Amino acid sequence: MERVPLERKVLSENDRIAAELRARFQEHGVLCLNFISSPGSGKTSLLECTLENLPRHDRVAVLTGDIQTDNDAARLKRFHFPVKQITTGGTCHLDARMIERHLADWRLEDLDLLFIENVGNLVCPSSYDLGEAAKIVVLSVTEGEDKPLKYPSIFFKSDLLILNKIDLLPYVPFDIAAAAENARRVHPGMEIVKVSCLTGNGLHEWLMWLEQRRHANKAGAMQPVG
Amino acid sequence: MGIAYSVLAAVRTEMKRHPDKIPGKVGVRVGELAALDPEALRFCFEAITRDTDMESLELEIEVCPFRYRCLGCGHEFVVHDYETRCPQCADLKTECIGGQELDLAYLEVEEYGASTAGAKSTQ
Repeated sequence: MERVPLERKVLSENDRIAAELRARFQEHGVLCLNFISSPGSGKTSLLECTLENLPRHDRVAVLTGDIQTDNDAARLKRFHFPVKQITTGGTCHLDARMIERHLADWRLEDLDLLFIENVGNLVCPSSYDLGEAAKIVVLSVTEGEDKPLKYPSIFFKSDLLILNKIDLLPYVPFDIAAAAENARRVHPGMEIVKVSCLTGNGLHEWLMWLEQRRHANKAGAMQPVG
Repeated sequence: MGIAYSVLAAVRTEMKRHPDKIPGKVGVRVGELAALDPEALRFCFEAITRDTDMESLELEIEVCPFRYRCLGCGHEFVVHDYETRCPQCADLKTECIGGQELDLAYLEVEEYGASTAGAKSTQ
């Protein structure tokens, strides 16, 4: 018997494609954000509110993933930005190859911002790099405040936590301070914004975060490479 | 399931370099924070190798603890209960050095016929 060292990532093929995507995004100055949450946390609603608040001429596009149906794409197309549904047909996460394939007929030079709405799942999407500049995890107040402790990987890897549906706080036993504390135990210093897509509360803070990221991305893209 | 398929695909790719051998065991490292349950991986792996040419392939999973290194004193420690402060000098400036692994460590290959030799002798 002979032992052959492999010493590479299990997802090295995914990571290779993701690295290519990241290089292309950087080359064209596209800020790519990957939204991850459990099903029903409000990723699509948050994107609706976001697109609604962006100027019509903004260079924004959305890829939205689901196991079945193109319902989310239909909801998001109302805002007249390019939207494409990725139907995974059973797979519980998006992978880099799906992103590459669905970007094939979009010109990245025409975009500044690409939102990716992952399949609703707090587990597997955290393992698959899509070439994004940042992951954003959405947690709604109808879920448990211990979610960051139960699913630490995604909270550890995300730059921002969006606590959604805060309009429901009077009706649900959700301890928002404990949720924030749990998130920061897993990810010290994690940025957190609290929003309600229904009332619009907190949206300004989220849009400010987005604007800052876009600004930083643009400044970074203008730096000479090497 | 996707991870199990990726492991299997890597084994198949590697086996092309050893055409006269058969795969014996594949070693995978899974970090505590890799969002992957080792038992679920084992279950999926068995499901996709059963009744195939890869049925004899064993899967060995090494679970890697969530580890940090202190940027102050250099002490490396296993993190319990998400306490990332250095247990030696109480410094808060620490960095993650382990726990997110999802790595292929090794593949054990055997001479073709080595594992069937015993079966033959009992015939």
